[in-house]
Amino acid sequence: MNLKNKNVVDYLLQLGDDRLILGHRLSEWCGHAPILEEDIALANIAQDCLGQATFFLNAAAEEIGNGKTTDDLAYLRNPNQFKNLLIMELPKGDFAFTIFRQFLVDNYTFLLYQQLQNSKHNQIANIAQKSLKEVKYHLRHSSEWVLRLGDGTEISHEKSQNALNELWAYTNELFNENEIEKKLAEENIAIESFKLKNEWLDKVTQHLKTATLKILENKEENIFNGRSGKHTEHLDHLLSEMQIVVRAYPGAKW
Amino acid sequence: MVNTEVPKMNDIYKLLSQIKDPEIPEINIIELGILRNVEFENNKYKISITPTYSGCPAMKMIENQISEILKNNFYDFEIITNLSPAWTTDWMTDEGKKKLIESGITPPQKNFNSIEFKLNKINCPYCNSVKTILKSEFGSTACKSFYFCENCLTPFDYFKSI
Repeated sequence: MNLKNKNVVDYLLQLGDDRLILGHRLSEWCGHAPILEEDIALANIAQDCLGQATFFLNAAAEEIGNGKTTDDLAYLRNPNQFKNLLIMELPKGDFAFTIFRQFLVDNYTFLLYQQLQNSKHNQIANIAQKSLKEVKYHLRHSSEWVLRLGDGTEISHEKSQNALNELWAYTNELFNENEIEKKLAEENIAIESFKLKNEWLDKVTQHLKTATLKILENKEENIFNGRSGKHTEHLDHLLSEMQIVVRAYPGAKW
Repeated sequence: MVNTEVPKMNDIYKLLSQIKDPEIPEINIIELGILRNVEFENNKYKISITPTYSGCPAMKMIENQISEILKNNFYDFEIITNLSPAWTTDWMTDEGKKKLIESGITPPQKNFNSIEFKLNKINCPYCNSVKTILKSEFGSTACKSFYFCENCLTPFDYFKSI
């Protein structure tokens, strides 16, 4: 595999792994959400994420060639080979945590896909164009909940603020400079995500303010880095559940 | 034996119109706008389809059904999945929309492609009243929202515009 291809593969894995891991976390709510409508909504959003992950990982498998399949990439990689951002792999927490994670990530994904629609890499552009339509629905859903929970009862406000405080430290990583993005941005294949930060911050801050919530700056440096395969222990647990059938019965068909 | 004598597009479309959406069996893949194109090239039919939602489980089934029906009729073919241009509910035919109403689903409004939440009033498919309320933007399948009609007190699905 030449270097250009390797960068494209890594970038596709970044995009795909973000959606795969987030989709899996959302799917954990199936049958457990606070109300039926929300159970259905979260399962729907999970399904969209997994569908988008399939497109990205499929494109990665095609770039790799040698008979590599989408399933190989999803089920037969180890935690240190996953390139998702840490915020995606954090345990689902309570409903507030899931909604606030979704809100922060939806805003990011929306801006990212908007840009990637113009990628010179056809598949990336096409997947972004397709997925953006779905992400708009996700963003509207999470934004509405942020208002209701943040500016709701005393308890919902407190739980929202706690979730936000915990999540905020992980948002830096969304906009970290990244060698692969930089290289591919020169060829108009990728977008450097740090360029999305200001717009993201404006949108998120404004909405959180309306929801009567405060952003607490957390100066703590995060020692992990999802893009280079350094994950929290939570990813190990997630993958061991997600991959168990394929690992336990190699080559099984169903 | 392979049937490649004369390209008969009408026959192909007729066959493919028998394939319904497994989750909304009243409406077929042409009316839904999933079937994008049929071409005859190098003695082969090229069938282009496009997915509705990224994670829609019906797509694999629809693809299998296309294969089966064409194989059974001895056609040589290839199925191509196109992501771009991305599927929009604006491609749904008038006939398709009529069938949706008949099966208790309000058809999609024209797609404004906007992030703002500015839905027009959604009519109840049963009594046509506009006294309806949105219960949940996510319904029984990825493509539908869940509404309630305050006039005839009936819950119903609205096919989301995308």
